[in-house]
Amino acid sequence: MNGGRTGRHIGSILIRAIITLLMVVVLNFVLFRVIPGDPAALLLGGARTSVTAEQMEAQRQNWGLDRPLFPDQVVHYLSATLQGDLGYSFKFRGQRVADLILERLPATIVLVGLAQFIAILSGVMLGLYAGWRRGGAVDHIATGASLALYSTPSFWLGMLLVVIFSTSLGWLPGYGAYSPGTITGSLDSLLDYLRHLALPVTAVALGLIGQYVVVARAAMSDVVTEDYMVTARAKGLTNGQMLMRHAFRNAMLPVVTLIALNLGYVVAGAITVEAVFAWPGIGGLTVEALNARDYPVLQGIFLLLGASIVVANLIADLAYGLLDPRVRQ
Amino acid sequence: MIHSSQGGTSLLEVDGLSVDYGLKGVSSRAIDSVSFALRAGEAVGLVGESGSGKTTTAMAIAGLLSPNARVSGGQVRYRGNRLPIDDDAAMRPHRWSETSVVFQGAMNALNPVHRIIKQIAEPCMLKLGMSRGEATARARELLEFVGIPTDRGSAYPHELSGGMRQRVMIAMALACRPSIIIGDEPTTALDVITQAQILKLLGELRSQLNLALILITHDLSVVAESCDRVMIMYAGRIVEDGSVAEIFAQPKHPYTRLLIESIPNPASGKKMIRPIPGDPPNLVNRPLGCAFHPRCPSAMAVCATEVPSLDKLGRGRVACHLHRSSQDKVAVHA
Repeated sequence: MNGGRTGRHIGSILIRAIITLLMVVVLNFVLFRVIPGDPAALLLGGARTSVTAEQMEAQRQNWGLDRPLFPDQVVHYLSATLQGDLGYSFKFRGQRVADLILERLPATIVLVGLAQFIAILSGVMLGLYAGWRRGGAVDHIATGASLALYSTPSFWLGMLLVVIFSTSLGWLPGYGAYSPGTITGSLDSLLDYLRHLALPVTAVALGLIGQYVVVARAAMSDVVTEDYMVTARAKGLTNGQMLMRHAFRNAMLPVVTLIALNLGYVVAGAITVEAVFAWPGIGGLTVEALNARDYPVLQGIFLLLGASIVVANLIADLAYGLLDPRVRQ
Repeated sequence: MIHSSQGGTSLLEVDGLSVDYGLKGVSSRAIDSVSFALRAGEAVGLVGESGSGKTTTAMAIAGLLSPNARVSGGQVRYRGNRLPIDDDAAMRPHRWSETSVVFQGAMNALNPVHRIIKQIAEPCMLKLGMSRGEATARARELLEFVGIPTDRGSAYPHELSGGMRQRVMIAMALACRPSIIIGDEPTTALDVITQAQILKLLGELRSQLNLALILITHDLSVVAESCDRVMIMYAGRIVEDGSVAEIFAQPKHPYTRLLIESIPNPASGKKMIRPIPGDPPNLVNRPLGCAFHPRCPSAMAVCATEVPSLDKLGRGRVACHLHRSSQDKVAVHA
């Protein structure tokens, strides 16, 4: 209704997001500087190897570690980050962190994105229905199952799936993204990829569904007790009309926030599930980098995670404003 | 037995209506053998404290009983036809086109995510089968009718004041041209000036559209201002029914008298308001006899054992042994 007000609302959300993003970048820098350990020593193969003090000093100078943290290193870090230069990996010698991340990103987006899509579609519908018919059979079953799934670690679900469908039944592969020797680009390779995808997607989706069911059910059961639902009934609307015209949009408000926030984790990957299935995504990369103390890679992943969460929050705010006129001012 | 005040055909007849609420096996009677008739264009105030059954009575008439309510006796007739008030689906076509409701505190009674014009137009589309354009045009007329500038139609409920929202609610209630409007404490959340404006609006609509009005309130002064007739409810029963003028001048039931005395009157110079002693009755475990007898200053022995029936007295009705006994005496002497 009020264009100027809505514009200002979006503007303030954007400004807040940019400020948060800058703080994430700075915090990310600080975090990796307070972690114990000398990068120069790590680069030369750890503290135990015999390295001369001259060699260490040469490394420090080479990477600019001899200069003060503030302002030199911060400024350098900020300007490099803004140009997309995230430094070089320790473990994968000579490889750029940005390239490593970009290489692993598609596998994670496919895995977590698909799992989110499935979980949102089924979880939200189930939750809304359970809340609409509170106390019914569907409600009891869905709520019980969701709480169980919600509280089960998804890596354990993943291991269970591997034991049942891969090891015992032998129906689906439980490891990696491709069978060895598959020629990429063929139809066979696509089917092979999808077969590899099935179990990890199921594990991640099952872990998420419970959350959506619980939130959607709670939102809907709040809505059905609202006065405007009594008004809708008094107006002679059918149950279907009451649900679609009056309950649905109000119940979706908290759900949309949850969806948008969860989308932030799509790029971060499902660390534990990816580890269980050796899925070549960001989650797997995180574990590898942790084991190798590959700080630059970890720093890059943290930045990606932080940035995607900020963007997800931005989307959540904008979507909420679109759905709920009360927050637009 | 139907009481129809001053003759004329009844628009609505409530006949011996009893409604129970079931709560985990415990059943409590919310209204008990409520009977009254309403003529077209008549304004009746339904007065009582919380739990007296006034809202249940009104919701039963509007076909809006909650799922845990059970109609355990009696019926409601609209223009002579029995309403299926205990059948949610069968009641649907009757809702809003015969009886509509102006709910209390229109903030929450309006859907926060829809523009008000859309909410007013909705019943026109769904119940009257109008096109979107026709319904919007009608909604504009209705807005104008209740005194809201039509360009405010695109506002959301939270952008309007309490009084404006109540006007929107009234416009919405008029959408399907009903003949009865139930006001469920329509002015409770409003300041005195806005309250007066809303009551004035309801009064104007009533005379222009020949609407019957059932005004639920615990505020007798609201009734005095805007109703022809008042029914006092206590513990699920009507205890007194009569014209506003008569009841205020000469209340017959002790409860009515105490209610009227408890109205603060700055003009009389009384400093303190006089509350009614005691607590409202427990509906699950109601007192034997007249439900009011534990609080009644005029209680007699019979009041604790026998439920007084609602009998005609003068031009109204009253359910009190004080008046029954005098009638009986008359009968004995005659």
